[in-house]
Amino acid sequence: MANSLETQLVTKQYENAGQTIFAVDKVTINVKPGEFVALIGPSGSGKTTLLALLAGLLRPSNGSINIDGHPLWKMSDRERTKFRSEKIGFIFQSSNLVPYLSALENVELMLKLNGRLDKPGRDWAMELLDQLGLKDRMANLPSQMSGGQQQRVAIARALVHEPAVVLADEPTASLDTERAYQVVQTLGTLIHAQKRAGIMVTHDLRMTRWVDKVIRMTDGKVAQIIESKGEIEAFSRGSDH
Amino acid sequence: MVTDTIQTGVRPVSGKSRRYRTQLGLPVPIHLALKEVWRNKGRFFLISSVVALITLLVLFIAGLTEGLGQGNREYIENLNAQLVVYQDKADLSIPTSRMSQATVRQLRQVDGVEAVGAVAFSNVSIPLPGGKAPLKVSLIGVLPGEPGEPDVTQGRALRSKRADETVIDAGVASRTGLKVGDMLTVRSTLGSKEQLYDLRIVGIAPSSQYFIAPSIFVPYITWDKVRPQPLSTLETGQDPDVSFNVAAVRLKNPSDAPAVSKIINAKVKEIVAVNLQTAYENTPGYSAQQSTLGLMRVFTLLIGLLVIGGFFRIQTMQKVAQIGVLKAIGTSSASVAVSSIMQILTINSFGVLLGAIMTFGLAAGLPSAVPIRFVGSAVISSVASLLVIGPLGGLASIQVLLKAEPLRALGLAS
Ligand SMILES: Nc1ncnc2c1ncn2[C@@H]1O[C@H](COP(=O)(O)OP(=O)(O)OP(=O)(O)O)[C@@H](O)[C@H]1O
Ligand SMILES: [Mg+2]
Repeated sequence: MANSLETQLVTKQYENAGQTIFAVDKVTINVKPGEFVALIGPSGSGKTTLLALLAGLLRPSNGSINIDGHPLWKMSDRERTKFRSEKIGFIFQSSNLVPYLSALENVELMLKLNGRLDKPGRDWAMELLDQLGLKDRMANLPSQMSGGQQQRVAIARALVHEPAVVLADEPTASLDTERAYQVVQTLGTLIHAQKRAGIMVTHDLRMTRWVDKVIRMTDGKVAQIIESKGEIEAFSRGSDH
Repeated sequence: MVTDTIQTGVRPVSGKSRRYRTQLGLPVPIHLALKEVWRNKGRFFLISSVVALITLLVLFIAGLTEGLGQGNREYIENLNAQLVVYQDKADLSIPTSRMSQATVRQLRQVDGVEAVGAVAFSNVSIPLPGGKAPLKVSLIGVLPGEPGEPDVTQGRALRSKRADETVIDAGVASRTGLKVGDMLTVRSTLGSKEQLYDLRIVGIAPSSQYFIAPSIFVPYITWDKVRPQPLSTLETGQDPDVSFNVAAVRLKNPSDAPAVSKIINAKVKEIVAVNLQTAYENTPGYSAQQSTLGLMRVFTLLIGLLVIGGFFRIQTMQKVAQIGVLKAIGTSSASVAVSSIMQILTINSFGVLLGAIMTFGLAAGLPSAVPIRFVGSAVISSVASLLVIGPLGGLASIQVLLKAEPLRALGLAS
């Protein structure tokens, strides 16, 4: 199957006081539809920077990024903004949601941005929220929901427009372990079911239990890629360390 | 567990293969703008209230400018004449200006002049029943049938040159409650003595204030009898050709005013002719008062600009992260900006409307003696500038919006 996401020697460097920092250094990865990838590594290893590059929010210094077969950095800014709203789903650490929109409106916004909020679109948004256990929370504002519920709304928003790629930067950072497990498991299940390419940055190795591939970064480089089920299992129990 | 409820179903009809039917709801910018206002009613109402209070203040100042201005110029502005002629040494001050009948006769000879009326000003008071403070009025002496006389809306105009009759203006009529046919008693002074005169009201004219006082009109000879005067004038018998203050000149062709005033100034000695606007603008104190109030209004508008601008700017700064998220998920900068502009327009217009309603409510409760008028250019231009300053103040925050980086959503920002 064709890759939903491919990078070729992607590099992001910063010049700082005469010093060059390689935040992301010649990273080549690919993710297939229905594949859920965890991006791990120590603080400062370039995980968030890589995610921003993949999202088209940050221009790489070198290399190329293709999403759904489209080279991301050959588009105009306007095209890229539109492309982002069509092809990419986002889940951020926290304060993900628009505070003055209800759960359903937050999810629908993604469809609205794409001119796709019609009756079937709304039904689909409601069904997704229902699948995420938020049937009774659709009219709630983010401030009226728990952190876990908010992140589940964010998951619905990241999936509702049927993007090629779902990017999540530490989506469980503000949750307790039990909630975090639930959220990641739910995310994994939906990514597999709906055949999206999912990339999740996490600090918490236990969260890798539900992923298909673990990419470990150090100093901006890909240090290790773990793909075998057994290894990932062992890794998530911390026996690797 | 949540996950138990998850079905692994994929959406039956997939994106690209499907035609999208009627979109639900409003376009993105309007949707965002309205939802935000609706879900933060309290905060936005507060901003609107501030706008409303500024509107109230600005409108009151404008109303006062208009009311005081009108009180000073009403009579002159509504003269059925095009030129006002002063004694040239009087510096266009009516109370200082003195003129004789001879001048009037000379003015009548000038080409293009249709009629000339002598006008004399003084002040008397009208005692009111029930222990109320007497009503101070302008006593204006005019020549019946000549310019200077007001139009009459009820009853008739002055007819006789020396009868004890009067035309009162609407202000006097409403404050005294007197009607056509009633007797009006005016209190004047003769030397150090108080003197009362009875005048029959023959007509009522539209409001014709001069020097912030409502007016009563009497024939010139009656005026000379009634006006307060020092004893000396009578005793010594000086000043035989009793002077009046100014002459009102009506032209055959009103558009000739500039040309005819030039001829008058050249031909007739020791006088100066000006148009009505120049005349009331030179009423003592008028320009100073109008420009002071005008300045106050400009400053209040500036304060409004800063307050509204500051409000929206602070609010926008607090939203930078949230706007980063909106942009990251694919909302265009234009949408975000349009949404914000619409909000500012709505909140500001609502505030101005609220302020206007408050103003008119308060004004309705004011006694009629308070010189506030909510008509005229000062009020219209104030409302117009109030409608503009909000969005203008908001411009500063649009720049913050446009600059808000989607990278912030990821905790990165360049
Ligand atoms: N705008 C910038 N200018 C200079 N250096 C930057 C900039 N942005 C990021 N960096 C550097 O790039 C490196 C990678 O940062 P990044 O935020 O991607 O790390 P991370 O792996 O997400 O870390 P964490 O786990 O703490 O979130 C860091 O050394 C950081 O200091
Ligand atoms: Mg990070």
